Amino acid sequence: MSGVVEIIQSKGNEEGDTIVVARAVYEHPFIVRLCHWVNTVALFVMVGSGLQIFRAFPSFGAKIPQKDLLHWPKAFAIGGWLGGALQWHLTFMWIYLGTGFLYLGYQLLSGNYRQVLFTRRDLPGVWPMVKHYFFFGEKPPAREAYNALQKQAYTTAIILGILSVLTGFAVWKPIQFSWLAWMMGGFHYARIWHFAVMWAILFFVLGHLVMVILHGWNNFMSMLTGWKKDPEY
Amino acid sequence: MGLLRLSFCQPARAKLCVFSRIPLGQKNLRVQGQFMKKINDRQIDEKSFRLVNRRELIKLAPVLALGAFAIPKLQQVLLKKGLGFSDWMGARLFRPGHPATTFGNADLTPPAKFPINGYDVDDPGVDLENWTLTVSGAVQRPGQYKLAQVQALQRVRQNTRHVCVEGWDVIGRFGGAKLSDFLQLIGADPTAKYITVNCADDYYESLDMATALHPQTLLCYEMYEQPLTREHGAPLRLQIPTKIGYKQAKYLTDLKVTHVLDKVGYWEDQGYSWFYGM
Repeated sequence: MSGVVEIIQSKGNEEGDTIVVARAVYEHPFIVRLCHWVNTVALFVMVGSGLQIFRAFPSFGAKIPQKDLLHWPKAFAIGGWLGGALQWHLTFMWIYLGTGFLYLGYQLLSGNYRQVLFTRRDLPGVWPMVKHYFFFGEKPPAREAYNALQKQAYTTAIILGILSVLTGFAVWKPIQFSWLAWMMGGFHYARIWHFAVMWAILFFVLGHLVMVILHGWNNFMSMLTGWKKDPEY
Repeated sequence: MGLLRLSFCQPARAKLCVFSRIPLGQKNLRVQGQFMKKINDRQIDEKSFRLVNRRELIKLAPVLALGAFAIPKLQQVLLKKGLGFSDWMGARLFRPGHPATTFGNADLTPPAKFPINGYDVDDPGVDLENWTLTVSGAVQRPGQYKLAQVQALQRVRQNTRHVCVEGWDVIGRFGGAKLSDFLQLIGADPTAKYITVNCADDYYESLDMATALHPQTLLCYEMYEQPLTREHGAPLRLQIPTKIGYKQAKYLTDLKVTHVLDKVGYWEDQGYSWFYGM
């Protein structure tokens, strides 16, 4: 569903003229916004509790002798101890999975996936955006909600979300989902992949937050109300 | 600022201000049961636009329900429910006939590098000479069982993965009798739902019947083809490849077949998952 409106002054002037004060576009359907914010909370809990779980054995090598990969501070973890973190992780994974299914189902059925899906048609738009973002190039004119690089980023994020679930199930149930664990190189590697996917998602989140700050208030509000005032296209 | 673009249109020329051919759906135009003031499908007055935005924002209120997890009293209840749901799902996903992956001898973790994990002591000082397993509950032949009686059952040797809840994993060579064979020996009620065990170090655990009957679930009395060492749970321990490490109770002293779970497990009582199947 998309709509473009002109926002007009509440009271027409004396001549009865219509004064257009702004434009607005309905960019984010309700289900997308709902999933976005529920997922924000779920992802926060999954990463925080996941890091606490990792703290119990911060290594991917042998237990004997144990060589720790990194010492993650307890202050940046959720759950307090391994058992507590597992409770958070095994509870919020269902919320994370639920919003994932709802989001993907809605996007596919409504056709709204076109807004974020990077396709071959977006390829010509990549280089001009790279020049703009990284080499002070002129900003290419916007024609739709997301430019080629944004689509690439969101498509990657969705794939990472799916991978986080698949690697997670391979770690949680390596025997019942032995085919998943096998695809990842066995239980041991599934755990490594699960960890790597988390960092990739955090990298996306970092970039996402930077861009949200750079793009200002109207853009931020659009993920809350659906409507973006004064879009660039 | 440049955020608000001002443009002026004569009413007669309003059509020239069209920015899109996509009409705004009528349902977007409803504000609190009233149709907003509109000039045409593509124009909306400022006040109505604010109302539309507010209503769309309020629709997200259900997200705030997640705040329940921040309330200490509710948090414990909700997390317990979440963990319970995961356990229920785990039991649903468990396939009784599906074997755990087995490995060749080349993949084995050397015995010296097989970690010893006890919750209390590594060696509770079991009297191996006079040891018996006390069997009780929903069984036809309760009583004291000697190790020789367990060893008289068909011996199974398997190289399987042992996964600790902490995250590390090792591949060991385990030998013992199938728990299902032993349950037959003692005449366990097949409709009973649980097996509970007590250990010489006061550790206790419990198992669902489906896992107990799994062909790879062992009453284990040897590792790497040697009698179980004291640190690894001599003389008899559980070895369940389809379960997480803390379910593999060591130094067994009692085994009970039961319809009702009265004692769950040491780590479960501290907050860990009960089912935790792999």
